[in-house]
Amino acid sequence: MGSAVDKSKVPWWVSNLIVPLVNLILAFLVSGLFIFIAGENPIQAVKLILYGSFGYIEGIGYTLYYTTNFIFTGLAFAVAFHCRLFNIGGEGQAYIGGLGVFFVAVNFTFLPVPIVWLLAIVGAALFGGAWAFIPAYLQAKRGSHVVITTIMFNFIAASLMVFLLVDVIRDTNQMGPHTIAVAKELWFPTFKDFAQLFGIEIRYSPLNLSFLVAIAALFFVWFLIWKTKWGYEMRAVGHNTQAAIYAGISPYKNIIIAMLISGALAGMLSLNEILGVHHKIIAGFPAGYGFTGIAVALMGRNHPIGILPAAFLFGILYQGGSEVTFDMPNITRYMFVAVQGVIILFSGALENLFRPQIESFFVKRLNKEKMA
Amino acid sequence: MTSPILELSKINKSFGHVQANKDISLKINKGTIHGIIGENGAGKSTLMSIVFGLYQADSGTISISGNIIKLKSPRDSIVSGIGMVHQHFMLVENFTVLENIILGFEGELVFGKKLEQAKKNLKNLCETYKLNIDLDSTIADLSVGFRQRVEILKSLYRGAEVLILDEPTGVLTPQEVDELFKILRSLQQEGKTIVLITHKLNEIMDLTSEVSVMRQGEIVGHKKTESTNKEELAEMMVGRTVLLRINKTEAKKGDVVFRVNNLKVKDDLGVLRVKNVNIEIHEGEILGLAGVTGNGQTELLEALSGIRKVESGEIQLFNETISDQNNYLNPKALKERGLAHVPEDRQRMGLISDFKAYENLIFGYHHQEHFSKSSILKEKDILSHSHKAMEEYDVRPRSPNLITSNFSGGNQQKIILSRELNENPKILLVGQPTRGVDIGAIEFIHQRLIDMRNKGAAILLVSVELEEILSLSDRIAVMFDGKIVGEKVNQDITDRDIGLLMAGIV
Repeated sequence: MGSAVDKSKVPWWVSNLIVPLVNLILAFLVSGLFIFIAGENPIQAVKLILYGSFGYIEGIGYTLYYTTNFIFTGLAFAVAFHCRLFNIGGEGQAYIGGLGVFFVAVNFTFLPVPIVWLLAIVGAALFGGAWAFIPAYLQAKRGSHVVITTIMFNFIAASLMVFLLVDVIRDTNQMGPHTIAVAKELWFPTFKDFAQLFGIEIRYSPLNLSFLVAIAALFFVWFLIWKTKWGYEMRAVGHNTQAAIYAGISPYKNIIIAMLISGALAGMLSLNEILGVHHKIIAGFPAGYGFTGIAVALMGRNHPIGILPAAFLFGILYQGGSEVTFDMPNITRYMFVAVQGVIILFSGALENLFRPQIESFFVKRLNKEKMA
Repeated sequence: MTSPILELSKINKSFGHVQANKDISLKINKGTIHGIIGENGAGKSTLMSIVFGLYQADSGTISISGNIIKLKSPRDSIVSGIGMVHQHFMLVENFTVLENIILGFEGELVFGKKLEQAKKNLKNLCETYKLNIDLDSTIADLSVGFRQRVEILKSLYRGAEVLILDEPTGVLTPQEVDELFKILRSLQQEGKTIVLITHKLNEIMDLTSEVSVMRQGEIVGHKKTESTNKEELAEMMVGRTVLLRINKTEAKKGDVVFRVNNLKVKDDLGVLRVKNVNIEIHEGEILGLAGVTGNGQTELLEALSGIRKVESGEIQLFNETISDQNNYLNPKALKERGLAHVPEDRQRMGLISDFKAYENLIFGYHHQEHFSKSSILKEKDILSHSHKAMEEYDVRPRSPNLITSNFSGGNQQKIILSRELNENPKILLVGQPTRGVDIGAIEFIHQRLIDMRNKGAAILLVSVELEEILSLSDRIAVMFDGKIVGEKVNQDITDRDIGLLMAGIV
């Protein structure tokens, strides 16, 4: 109550397309200002970003490779959020998920390759889910807030993995903190390999089969949340726990389920990184994707249809951003972290800054049209 | 003749496809108590929200003492001398009365002189209107009736000349209602203008001098209260003749199917709220449980419906113990045994306001075969069921895809009722079935409950509406301070007896 516009009159495309777009444009303007202050030409930077992410075929490959990671981590956050759980442990869940992939890839080599791949997906999901289980249990049974526990579990995961990568599963023929490589036939085919099937020769880019898994995950999450009893119950618990209890829906059970699925999705990031790119576990491979996934989900309004373009946008920023840092000496990698920050600020925290004005503008215009 | 203190002319307002207010013109004269009556969803609250600046009208004008004004926010209305007391109080619970009243109008950075001044003014106001409020008490310690007075005082302090009260008696005991009416009359004597929004005909007849009737977003008539009567108003509200008394045949009682023995229940804070309650309900009868809110009825209902743990004692369904201190069946299991529950608070418990109507129509029954199969919701079946249910219970608008919070209170209640009665439960627990529900819907809901009884259901009706208890129940029990303080067959008891029992005078 008290808002100037009543929501029911705002067309869906205004609140779901125009408003995010305006926020995005504002974020870009502010980012442009940063670049200008740093002593570079913002227009030139935009050109470089676009060239970097779309200008050549490997660029597109890189953009979609990043997109893949953001789809997984964005979906992970969104699923938990529908049960009103703020899972910010995607980073740690992805990291531990890598163990599952690696375990499968090392131990099941006797099986046909596609079966091993399926098992690797299961492994990533199981290990990622397992890492989310403890915070989930603590939240459900003891009320320990999942924000606190998941962030602590990120640190525990990072330390645990360093221990394992140094002392337990390190490739002893190498000095670096990483494992041996998995068998070559288990590597996910890359974009390059696919192109070769059609007789097209392109240069290597990290885009691989995981992208299709990510697209499948988008469908899976949409179906789960809106078409199944499970999603229905999770949303019920998320919206109104009291009412859920009244209806005989167990909040305990649903908190655990939502977190397990969330952790499983985060864990799948390791498919892209391990089977797709590095072919081994290397220290710190989740590289912040888990955190950026939160922004992706918020920007995509926790809906798969929104998460896809949001993940793509962040893919462009990651890939185009690295292009800019090559060509513009004054712009460092950190500048693009700042740009991401600005986007998150405008589309997350300041999301409602211009919403009332924009909505009332359109409502008034539409009313006039109706009158005329 | 002087111009009316508040005049609305040709106000229109729609939400999506629903036109909540249609060409509303209304004159409210200074120094009157003007009633606005209509069913829930008739557009009364919307209209008053426009007057209070919470919503903007799509077209039309509002004038105060003859001057057209633009109201863009509640602050504009307050400045223009309009005050509003909402159905749900807008008070900060852990602040004192004084702090709540000056909130947003502090006037200075560090409290000092102005605070003292405010205190003095407030004391004067309290005396003039006999409000009898201690300015230093904390809101959390005040009863609902007093909280409402704080709201009134707040409006007066901010210079309200016109005071709008939205369903002010919904949360009050009969005694508190009397007190409120006294205050309102004294306000009127001091020259204030009062707009009373209600769906209760008694209040209109008792208090107002003029009344406007709304139906489906339109004003269907203005009357001088002295020249009309309840029947006429009810007919105008609903658009047809209404039975103010329910037609009820003699109960055909069967065996005892629901039994509560020495039940004790604690609330969330660990306070014993239900103290040794014994209840028996037969097949085919309605047991009415009367009592002032907060005497343990809520905890009792929650324990009986499997939401709350039992401290000691037992609950039996068909002579089988379903709950005692060691274990209890959850609502899902109880539903499977034929127990349905219409909860007291539909917003907090009965529905999920952000869900679509069809999602709420299966809420708690969604796992049943006809709504889902191997965990996948059968959307087609659910929608066709929803259309049918909305038709049968006359839920308006008939849009299963509409978000539930867009339905009026009465229609939300019908959604719950259709859901809970759909499976023909053998035991029905009903809490405040008509709270915030309009006359037309009340008649409908009451008839449904009687039908259920006639089909052999055992019904426990918990209500703070005495009239409802009296017109529906076969037996009446009164709850006070966690105990059943009296139980009688309906014919052997009068309003007065129940009133005394409700106040704990045995």
